[in-house]
Amino acid sequence: MIKVQDLSKNYGDVQAVKSINFEIDDGEIVGFLGENGAGKTTTLKMLTGYLVPTKGNVEINDLNINDSALEIQKQIGYLPELNPLYPEMSVYEYLEFIARVRNITGKSFREALARVVERCGLQGVVHKLVSSCSKGYKQRIGLAGSMIHDPKILILDEPVTGLDPNQIVEIRELIKSLGREKLVLMSSHILQEIQATVDRIMIIHQGEIVANGTNEELMSSFKGNTILNLEVRNANENTLKDLSIAVANINVVEVNEKKDHHVIQLEYSQETDPREDLFNYAVNSDWVILKMTPTTTDLEDVFRKLTMEGKADA
Amino acid sequence: MHNTRSIFQREIRGFFNSPMAYIFLVIFSIFNGYFFTSTFFLYNQSDLRSLFSIVPMVYLIFVPAISMGLIARENNIGTMETIATLPLKTHEFILGKYFAAVALILLGLLATIIHFITLVKFGTAIDYGALFTGYIGLALVGSMYASIGTFASSITDNQVIAFIIGVFIVLVFFLMGFFLPLVPANLAGIIQYISVDYHYSNISRGVIDSRNIIYFLSVIGFFLAMTVQSLESRRWK
Repeated sequence: MIKVQDLSKNYGDVQAVKSINFEIDDGEIVGFLGENGAGKTTTLKMLTGYLVPTKGNVEINDLNINDSALEIQKQIGYLPELNPLYPEMSVYEYLEFIARVRNITGKSFREALARVVERCGLQGVVHKLVSSCSKGYKQRIGLAGSMIHDPKILILDEPVTGLDPNQIVEIRELIKSLGREKLVLMSSHILQEIQATVDRIMIIHQGEIVANGTNEELMSSFKGNTILNLEVRNANENTLKDLSIAVANINVVEVNEKKDHHVIQLEYSQETDPREDLFNYAVNSDWVILKMTPTTTDLEDVFRKLTMEGKADA
Repeated sequence: MHNTRSIFQREIRGFFNSPMAYIFLVIFSIFNGYFFTSTFFLYNQSDLRSLFSIVPMVYLIFVPAISMGLIARENNIGTMETIATLPLKTHEFILGKYFAAVALILLGLLATIIHFITLVKFGTAIDYGALFTGYIGLALVGSMYASIGTFASSITDNQVIAFIIGVFIVLVFFLMGFFLPLVPANLAGIIQYISVDYHYSNISRGVIDSRNIIYFLSVIGFFLAMTVQSLESRRWK
């Protein structure tokens, strides 16, 4: 379990993290989302004992980072941003080194190695040099190193950045499968990268946590309007004009006339659902509905809205 | 202790996985070999004095070169973050790095044994005691310079800068003795005590005095402690 209270970090006069609070329970996969420079990496560096907080408290598995950093570091696995590795070592040597520092040697090392090689799909590269591995493999090597001691808690800083789409899917699946037994906290500045992976999202903006919840919770707390695209045949000027009068609670954004049909874009608040009225109106006006597609505000909009705040006055 | 050993082993492996160690050992041997043999037969004396006077000078460049990458490189490629978040104490990390540099220097010294063999073959009435203390002296000077190099490597993430700073500090200690005639008499004692040469020449003459040993150990301790400070302070920046 991770418990963060009133955590702050100043770099000189710059407040990188401004007294943030959050808790993460065992078995949760949490995404830490924010733009570059929002304070994600600084926060993760404080959780892992790399940086000392200016103020506040980090408790991991009931241990305090200020008193028992070493003990905490034994219990967590951490993949730093940009995944630093020693290029001149072989994958085996690297994992052996990390394991050795973590006091895993001999038979238990061989077991741990077999586990992470299988888990991270490193078969075939174990005896290659790190420098000759592809970016996707390097990422897996970093992950393998961070979980060689089978930690209960994994902290991953931008684990999928810079990977190609197929690799992203692979790492995502891997993290998802890890989340069944571990607490995973992963950061990203790209929403799509983590939306599909995590149970909960925390959005950090200018050093403050501005949102914290599941996909659905975040979206419902930022209710916007639903946009509905309607394609109809047989519409004429009069019936189109009467549409916004006949159907309550809608706003016609625009009407485009195509070769043999019309495309109408409507807007209505998320609390209402005028689709049935629209259907009835269409039937009464002899329209043929070709398509009716509502698009609700997605998380992307929520994220953009939250992180755009303060931009104007900054 | 086992953490220090893990760091040490990784570093040694790193030395030998790259051309670094080989280049050092070969060029170090060529340098020492050239300067030693060019005067050895000329002097016609059964000792290694010429070797013992040339190696400390060769150290001036070579030791900072060996140690420049120890910590600066970890900072540069970012692995420092991996290291710092492993359950590892800062001093264990630094000692592992430091001992690796010292080990490579000792290996370089080991290569000069060939000159010792030459001496045994051709020399007469060899003073083995002085030879032994001479090597002790070389090892101590090398270890001291390595601690300076380790410190220099910890204050930057640029290896070239680490090298230049290392050479500079090492030179200060090395040249101090030469300025002795220029300083006021009341400072002379201190300057003399700080100078490497004063302590080294005692030892290589065959006198092992605890004061000289304490000097080397305290300089090494000082720079290693400074290295710990320098790394710890990064966490608070």
